[in-house]
Parts: sequence; structure tokens; C-alpha cells
Amino acid sequence: MNNFFPTIVTRSNSSQLMNILVPIIAVFLTLITGSIIFSIMGFNPFFALHTFFISPISTSYGISELLVKATPLALIAIGLAFCFKNNIYNIGAEGQLTMGAIFGGGIGIYFYDTNGFWLLPLMILGGAIGGALWGMIPALLKTKFNTNEILTSLMLVYVALLILDYLVVGPWKDPQGYSFPKTRQFSESGRMPLLFSGLRVHLGLIITLLLIFISWFIFSKTIFGFQLKVSGFSPLAARYAGFNQNTLVYLAFGICGAFAGIAGLSEVSGPIGLLYRDISPNYGFTAIIVTFLGRLHPVGIIFASLVIALTYLGAEDAQLFMQIPAAVGFVFQGLILFYLLGADILVNYKVVFKK
Amino acid sequence: MNIDLIIGIVQIILIATTPLVFAGIGELVTEKSGVLNLGVEGMMLVGAVTAFVTLVVTNSYILAFIFSIISGILMSSLFAFLVLVLMSNQVATGLALTIFGIGLSSMIGKNYIGTPIDGLTPWYFVILSFLIVFFVSYFFYKTKSGLILRAVGESHNSAHALGYSVLKIRLLAIIFGGSMCALAGSYMSICYAPMWQEGMTAGRGWIALALVVFATWKPGRILIGAYIFGGVTILQMNLQAFGLRLPAQFFNMAPYIATMLVLVIISSNKLRIKLSAPASLTLPFYKGR
Repeated sequence: MNNFFPTIVTRSNSSQLMNILVPIIAVFLTLITGSIIFSIMGFNPFFALHTFFISPISTSYGISELLVKATPLALIAIGLAFCFKNNIYNIGAEGQLTMGAIFGGGIGIYFYDTNGFWLLPLMILGGAIGGALWGMIPALLKTKFNTNEILTSLMLVYVALLILDYLVVGPWKDPQGYSFPKTRQFSESGRMPLLFSGLRVHLGLIITLLLIFISWFIFSKTIFGFQLKVSGFSPLAARYAGFNQNTLVYLAFGICGAFAGIAGLSEVSGPIGLLYRDISPNYGFTAIIVTFLGRLHPVGIIFASLVIALTYLGAEDAQLFMQIPAAVGFVFQGLILFYLLGADILVNYKVVFKK
Repeated sequence: MNIDLIIGIVQIILIATTPLVFAGIGELVTEKSGVLNLGVEGMMLVGAVTAFVTLVVTNSYILAFIFSIISGILMSSLFAFLVLVLMSNQVATGLALTIFGIGLSSMIGKNYIGTPIDGLTPWYFVILSFLIVFFVSYFFYKTKSGLILRAVGESHNSAHALGYSVLKIRLLAIIFGGSMCALAGSYMSICYAPMWQEGMTAGRGWIALALVVFATWKPGRILIGAYIFGGVTILQMNLQAFGLRLPAQFFNMAPYIATMLVLVIISSNKLRIKLSAPASLTLPFYKGR
């Protein structure tokens, strides 16, 4: 009886191979589960998976849309990597994104009839400052009052969304907008320039790649990156080495908030062009999955952001062509994370069948 | 202020606070066994939609609650499998459960938004919530099983050495938490609202998690905390009705800001948190060490 069950044995070293394989396994298992779910719903699973994962990116427009969705996801995810590396659970990136959009977008609305090369950089700066300030609140509460950052950063998401709601129905409402809860359009120079004419992919993609490269440099070549890693692996060792944990918390939250804020600004000054209520389809929460799926590694995060962006596009197509609610995208995202976390056991343990 | 108005306010506070009590006490039991489940919001939403759809389809309140609780058991068992058997990171797994639950609930409920139903009277559930808190308190401090559960949460290695099955006890605690969250959700969609709306729990799952910290992991204090939150929420609505002139969005922020303030006040005493939190909270248990 006992021989039937496999036993789990600790590996002496965590497996590097499995570290890379596990995310791929997770995506693969999600596809299998997805096809089972689609069969139960009465669709041909191959047709459904094709609609969901292949046809959205079979045109150049589709690829551009994939990049438009992946841009904010990758940017927020690399910011979250700063936090997660140090075991700081910032799950309020959605709020930091919203605050960035408010600060940067506010500048855009103030200069709605002004043009100038300086406007977009100013808005990006505003977005970064807004996001960073919002991220600093949970950092301050954590370091000064020992308050759990998971709960405070999440509560601030609701507060930020309500502030945005207040602004777009109240003081910032477009005077010519009838009663729609939206602001004025930003001026032409307040918009992210498009990279290719006719496609929506915009300068935000370049900014994201640049910031990912800088993050890679920080992670692998600087003392700060090393400190983050050490205090994530072993807080005691970090304390013994004299790293100031509070400074790390502020920096991680500040950088993550700034990145999320830039992501929010690049959404409103990119595809959207003004402020309204639903500026983000949960990018801030979904980016958490991207970070884990990408193994907190810059290259991994780029790939993961493309995979997760595809679930957004696929869900839109599935709603259009198969009348499946777009929320199925979130179900897939949840499943990917479940499989990833479950399969993670293969990294540090191995499964042995006893004779 | 006449007496009718006060009675009215008290009634509304009782009705509005009950889901927080259910979800809070469920999460408290889970955390007491040493497991942090951040999936409360997701389990509440799935519980809410399951109850609602079952009620619309079968027209039976009893079946609605039974299926809802089954959904909570299934969701929390999924979580339990991952964190107990596969020893995954509890924080990340709980987040996954919430994201999954948000998606699943809006997928199931898509065609039921705005469907009218006859709401059920909330009073049985208000009484039930008090009874459950009393029962959990009695269980923890007056029964041997309760002592074992607390021991597992404090030091799973010692409990294991004494011959108790750590994983079985944690599984039961997680499932209790899941069914309480589903009950909270079904109460919201069938008694409180009564309707289905995407994301209708509006952060109550997270407030329930904060309640456990506020209560410093003691069951009786869940009631006190929940009623402070409920009171703040309802009072801001009343101030709004009495014409205190501020935009509605600022009033709606009150529960979230109150949650943060309360957390700050409770947590600023590091020693108190350290002494009250179950010592094995979020630590995975691995037998073969």
C-alpha cells in the first residue's frame, strides 16, 4: 500500500533546470486544462484554443495589440520583482498605476491646449512621482508602524480608484463631454508617439524595455541588487551584514510604485488619450502573475508578459467569436499561477517511487 | 435623534456587518492552524455567485446555501492541496485563489447580472454569526481538539512529535475557513444585496483579513472589530444622508482608510503582534526533515 505512493525527498541543491522548466510546464498544463474546460462547454477544443491563443496574433495588428497589452504588464512586473526579491508583498500595484495616471494625466489635462516637446517627459515624470508616492505609503506604514504591507497596499487600491472616480465625474470632467465621466483629451504632444503608423504599439514599449534593462543591471551588477537578493533569501544574514532593511523597503516600494505609475501614464497617454474610470483591466494585479511566471528575472518577465497578454487578447476574441465571457482570461491567469506554484515543488524536492 | 432612527441604524449595522463576521471567523480558524489564506475575497465571490445561480435555477434557498458551501469547500481544498501537499508559498497561492475566484465568479454569473430574486430575511444569519463566534471561542479554549489546533499553529514540529497529524488538522481548518467565506458570500448575494454583481464583495474579503490582525487572533474580538468597521461604514452613509457636503467617493473611502488606521494602531505594538500571531503562520510543514 505504502509503496504505491511516491515520496517527496529534498534536493541537496535547488534544480536550475526545473527553475526554467516549471513555468513552461505550468503554461502547458493550463492549455490542457483550458481545452478540457472548452470541451465541457461544448466547443471543439482545438478550435477554441486556436481562437484563444493563435488567431489573435496571426496578423501584424494582432502582434501590435499583444505588445500594447504586454507593455504595462512587463513594466509593472519588473517593478514588483524589486519587492518580491526582498519578500515584500506589494499587491497594490493597481493603485500605484492609478495614481501615476492621475498625476501624469493631470499634467496632460492642465496643458490640454499647449503643445511642446517637454510635455510628454513632464507627464512621465509626474506618473513616476505619483506612483512612487502612493507606493511609499505602505512602505512608511511598514517601517514605522510594523503594519502588514499586503493589506495596506491593497486598501490603497480602492482609495486610488475612488479618487480617480471623483476626479473624472467632478473637477476634471470634460466641460464639452455632456455627462460622460471622462476628462478632456490630452494635446497631441501629450500622447505617446506611435512606433508604426496604423498600429497602436507606442513609445511605452521602448520605455519599458529600457527600464527592464536598467533593472537587470541593478539586479546583477550593483550592491543594491545584491542586498535585495540576500535579504530575500536570509533576512538574518542581511541584518548581520549590516544592510538597512528599512531603506530596502522604501527603495523597493518606491521603484515599484514609480514603474507602475509610468505604466499607468503610458496607458492613458498611449492608447487611451484621456482619463476615465476604467483605465486598467486589472494590469496591476495580473502583473503579480507575470512576475512569478517570469521567475523575478528580467528576461523571464518579458516572456511571461507576452504569455499573459495573450490571455487578455484571447479572452476578447473568445467573447467575440464564441460568446464566452471575457472573464475566462482571469480564470486562465489564475490557473497558470496555480500550476506554477504547485509545480514549484520540483525545484526544491524530487519525487521518488519506493521499491 | 428619535428612538426609531437609532433602532433603524442598529439594524442596518447588524445586517451589514454579518458577512465580515463570517469571513473573519473563518479566516481566524485557518490562521490559528498556521495557514494564511489570502483567497478570502475570491472564495466569497465564488460562494456568492454559486448561491445566487443555484437559487435562480432551483428556486430553493436550502440548496443555494448547500451548493455555496460546497463551492467554498472545493475552492479551499484546492488551496489546501497546493500549500499542504505541494508546500507552495501561501501568500502567492492565496493571491492566485483570489484572482481565480474573481474570474470564475464573473464567468459563472455573466448571464445572471440584474436577475431579480426574492431576498431572504437576514436575521437568522445575524444570530448564526454570533453563535459561530461563540462556538469557535468555546472550541479553542474549552475543548481538547481546539487546543490541538492551536498547538499545530504555534509549533507544527512539536505537534507532529506528539503524534498529531498536522496536515489533516490544517486541512480541516482551511476547509472551515473556506465554507465560512462561501457562507459570507451567499449571505451577501441572497440576503444583503439581494442580487449578483461582478466583484460585489468590494474588498470585504480583505477587510476580513485585516479583522483577524485587529482581533489579535482572538475569536471574541472578531465581533468587536467587525462591528467597529460596520459602524463606520453605516455612519458615513448616514452622515451623507444628513447632508454633510462632501463628494460621495470620499465617504466610500471610509472603510478602507479605517481598516488601514486600525491596522496601524494595532500593529505599532510589535510585541503584541509577535505574541498573538500563531508562531508557525505561513511556514510550510515538511515531515521528512
